[in-house]
Amino acid sequence: MTERPSFQKEVSNLMSVLDGNPIDVCIQCGTCSGSCPAVEYMDYSPRHIIALIRSDLKDEVLNSDTIWCCSSCYNCTVRCPKEIKITEMMYALKRYSIWKHQYREGAIGPAFSRKFVRMVVKTGKSYEPGLAPTFMFRYGMRGMIDNMQLGMSLFNKKRIAILPKTVKRIKNFRRVLNRIIPIGVEK
Amino acid sequence: MRYVYFPGCSLETVAKSYDVSARLTAEKLGVELTELEDWNCCGATAYFHIDEILAHTLCARNLAMAEKTGLDVVAPCSACYKNMGETNAHLKQDAELRDHINIALKEDGLEFSGQQRVLHLVDVFTEDVGIENIRKNVVNSLKGLHVAPYYGCQILRPKMGRENIENPEFLEDLISATGAEAVDYPLKTECCGGSLIMTKNPVALKMIKNLLACAADKGADLIVTTCPLCQVNLECYQKQVNRKYGTEFSLPVLYITQVLGFALGIPKDDLLIGSELSSPAGLLTRFSREAV
Repeated sequence: MTERPSFQKEVSNLMSVLDGNPIDVCIQCGTCSGSCPAVEYMDYSPRHIIALIRSDLKDEVLNSDTIWCCSSCYNCTVRCPKEIKITEMMYALKRYSIWKHQYREGAIGPAFSRKFVRMVVKTGKSYEPGLAPTFMFRYGMRGMIDNMQLGMSLFNKKRIAILPKTVKRIKNFRRVLNRIIPIGVEK
Repeated sequence: MRYVYFPGCSLETVAKSYDVSARLTAEKLGVELTELEDWNCCGATAYFHIDEILAHTLCARNLAMAEKTGLDVVAPCSACYKNMGETNAHLKQDAELRDHINIALKEDGLEFSGQQRVLHLVDVFTEDVGIENIRKNVVNSLKGLHVAPYYGCQILRPKMGRENIENPEFLEDLISATGAEAVDYPLKTECCGGSLIMTKNPVALKMIKNLLACAADKGADLIVTTCPLCQVNLECYQKQVNRKYGTEFSLPVLYITQVLGFALGIPKDDLLIGSELSSPAGLLTRFSREAV
């Protein structure tokens, strides 16, 4: 029997197409956590997430809110004294979590990202109103009213398009993406 | 000065005023922007949550099309700029990844070879046009106006070859060139929350509140941004921030190109100043030499 790689190894290998960007060099200094604008909302700080990965505590990491609180601001990445690309690590964990369908119940991030990608694969462009259903009804009645009011105000200022746009060579565009992911893209 | 211009999806809709003001201001400064033919979405951040190679492929298609023009690519949106810049760097360095993506691009008759640079529109103004040139062309001096430069994240980070990413000053230089005073406030490079406004609303609202409070506290009359998502977050969510935190923010948020264009004498209506939810038009009128 072959042995399963540790969670740390899996994450390291998922990190970046260019290089593995290993996290075993982390010195747990906490510069990432101190630089993170969302840390107060996270159940584990970025430093803590690395410690959990190294302890092979996969469920704690995937079920945590932390990875979905990352806004990709890259403060941690540019300040890490060991040059760990922590934002890339968060991307890798998001991918892992979406692939495994394992994330905290109620997280909006996974549905939002999936919807966004489906939209771009279909038309080649993003379209803000198309994303609304993934979050619109998730912040209670007040949130829904707020979002609808904002949508109307923007519409009145001609800042929302009624219909999505599509790239002109859409067939070629889809064929390009089909080459990268050989199934799953509509012709 | 000629460039191939990649507007990005937001500039066709919610940030139309950025697109219009970018083109007019560039023209005024002798910069020729030709829109990239048949461009597609840069992938934003969401694509990296699903598949990294697919995300790079999206940018590679745009870069390969841009390459045909022989010109450097200019993006006004910080996220598009960051994504295209990263893909450009990765594909130049990694031959295997480049080959992989080039096989796919062949389906659209394209090939990436990595011949051009990716620039943010602001770089064109600060480096290629030059601050002095801009200063010389100002007709509506904004003397007395306090403008807070808001950098946000992805125009600076991850490090895209800029020297000073902790305390950059290029937006201050542009603001000063218009005669306005650049407001010094410590959160100028902090995050606006990005797409968390949709996926983690309370987190983003707090970030927005902190930024607005910091800029207002230091006396800002308005904030300028270089990114559509920053503009939307800082401008359109002030009402929600006010209700949640009991604040009374009413701070106009404009694109840097609108403020520059106005100072260069372009009428404010042409720059779509007034398409904001709370219009700064009145604020600017007193600086105009001619009736605007």
